[in-house]
Amino acid sequence: MDIHEYQAKELLAGFGVAIPRGGVAYSPEQAVYRASEIGGARWAVKAQIHSGARGKAGGIKVCTSEDEVRQAAKGLLGKRLVTHQTGPEGRVVHRLYVEAAVPIEREIYVGLVLDRKSERIMVVAAPHGGMEIEEIAKDSPDTIIRAVVEPAVGMTPFQAREIAFALGLDTAQVNRCATVLLGCYRAFRDLDATMVEVNPLVLTRDGGLLALDAKMTFDDNALFRRPEVSELRDYAEEDPRESQAAEYGINYVALDGEIGCIVNGAGLAMATMDLIQHAGSSPANFLDVGGGASPEKVTNAFRLVLADPKVRAILVNIFAGINRCDWVAQGVVQAVRELKPPVPLVVRLAGTNVEEGRRILNDSGLTLVTADTLTEAAQKVVAVLKAAGAKSGSASA
Amino acid sequence: MSILIDEKTRVIIQGFTGDKGTFHGKEMLAYGTNLVGGVTPGKGGTRHLDRPVFNTVKEAVKSAAAEASLVFVPAAFCADSIMEAADAGIRLVVAITDGIPAQDMMMVKRYLFRYARDRRTMLVGPNCAGVISPGKAMMGIMPGHIYAKGKVGLVTRSGTLGYEAASQMKALGIGVSTSVGIGGDPINGSSFVDVLRLFEEDPDTEAVMMIGEIGGPQEAEAARLFREHLEKPVIGYVAGLSAPKGRRMGHAGAIIRAFGESAAEKVEIMREAGITVATSPAELGSTVAKVLGAKPKRVAVPT
Repeated sequence: MDIHEYQAKELLAGFGVAIPRGGVAYSPEQAVYRASEIGGARWAVKAQIHSGARGKAGGIKVCTSEDEVRQAAKGLLGKRLVTHQTGPEGRVVHRLYVEAAVPIEREIYVGLVLDRKSERIMVVAAPHGGMEIEEIAKDSPDTIIRAVVEPAVGMTPFQAREIAFALGLDTAQVNRCATVLLGCYRAFRDLDATMVEVNPLVLTRDGGLLALDAKMTFDDNALFRRPEVSELRDYAEEDPRESQAAEYGINYVALDGEIGCIVNGAGLAMATMDLIQHAGSSPANFLDVGGGASPEKVTNAFRLVLADPKVRAILVNIFAGINRCDWVAQGVVQAVRELKPPVPLVVRLAGTNVEEGRRILNDSGLTLVTADTLTEAAQKVVAVLKAAGAKSGSASA
Repeated sequence: MSILIDEKTRVIIQGFTGDKGTFHGKEMLAYGTNLVGGVTPGKGGTRHLDRPVFNTVKEAVKSAAAEASLVFVPAAFCADSIMEAADAGIRLVVAITDGIPAQDMMMVKRYLFRYARDRRTMLVGPNCAGVISPGKAMMGIMPGHIYAKGKVGLVTRSGTLGYEAASQMKALGIGVSTSVGIGGDPINGSSFVDVLRLFEEDPDTEAVMMIGEIGGPQEAEAARLFREHLEKPVIGYVAGLSAPKGRRMGHAGAIIRAFGESAAEKVEIMREAGITVATSPAELGSTVAKVLGAKPKRVAVPT
């Protein structure tokens, strides 16, 4: 789960990380009020969407008067921002963060990640921040500092100091930087994060060290014990179909292709997508119905897939272990009768009770194509797609 | 032979009396697994599936000589159960549970290393289908009938994709020595490397099929091990060639975050190391058949 910049800053501030004065705003009036509350003569008005690279996309405006703050807020609210992280459809701005614009001496990169190789929390830092870590890794990989934290002890002050010295900070700033690093680590541990990024951490002209931008990602599997994190969820930032899928207890990820997939198991679901691509078409989605695939769950899976207007054919691929093919077949029959999909359907069943499952499909009288093996399923779904394309082609001609 | 488990292995279930423990306990008994009891705190002294129930794993080890444990305990409490088994001296823990917090697994991995290598617990999973040595014993949630007994080791992240591979192989008359599901979590117990090493030492395993997916470094580490240390042929497959970067594909660990974590990059790393990689999930069985037919391909021919 991702959260907004202002939420991450508020959380980190609670762990001793210094941040510029700021406040959230939902309207131009609130933005102006926030600016007057903060005081000073320069403010940054920042669009709050779940994406980095907002500055380049025009999502951050520096203002020197309250009127400029109002105009900036008016311009940003409701605007669709497109960054390389949002995809071409972009994200609409619903919230702003207004903060004091600080005079910057230097920008530093600080990130903490769950490192899968060491299976521990790793600190990644670089003396020149402000750009993405991927860019730093490409341009100046030798400047990157990495340190793995021993989980039984946690981050030690000496480790934080070592990193701060390696960043080339002077003695007074080293202690401030260590406070930031230790604070980020405690936030990571105490809130079950999988990523904490302060980029940039800025050295101000008056010698302060402030988190100018912050990003946090949390472990979905740990949200049950972090209600204070769960309540920061912003559904406006999520694909509505993916939120709907989560309510159904189905794993769904929308993609760009034309064949809707309904599969059990994450690995088989990915393999089914690959199979479609290998056969010369493209998958419209990843979908894992999970273990107990009841007829209701299968019907809900069809609902999700059919809500995507790009879908031109559906491939159901079930390898029943705990699931049973006869239950899944009943679900398919129920879904087709109820939802009457306007696109061709190929069903491949294998595993427990497969004969009974096939019999249910054959006896249903529904027009659907069945397949026994993966190869057959791929060939048939591409064939029905071609046939459907030819039909609609001749109808329009 | 087989690796990890056989018909003699004395197995218990943690979370024995729950729905999952009961359902799969029955399946395992029907398959011939030597299930000697189970653990449900508070129900010690009772019997379930005609087997004794214990309050703690230590009691199960003491009274029933348990040596392997299958864990169905819910995600919030599962890390604790795995550590309990490790502390009780259980040799093999197979954790089926999906949804354990990553930092709990970090703690579990750290905990397992408290013990010297010769009494250290081997953890398989979590978020996996389990382990089966066809014809001998089953510790997991897989449908036992899809596996033929044979000489190919199978190690997979995904459960259902492992079923797919086993049944494609069975259709071609190829059997499995042991199938190990290492699970789809970002921090898991045994890695591909750990399991490949065991298969290499198993006299009855002639080749190994390894099925990976996007995310994490374990396929690349396995490729390096293969190139430097393994003699037996390995046939690979990596799911997620069509998966976009930065999106999580169902499994908590199935997400491309770093360089080398995409399916295409993993396939390339594996091929460079000399692993035969199936290009389509429909060709898992046929690729194994081809490699078995082509043996001995890794023996240097003197000229």
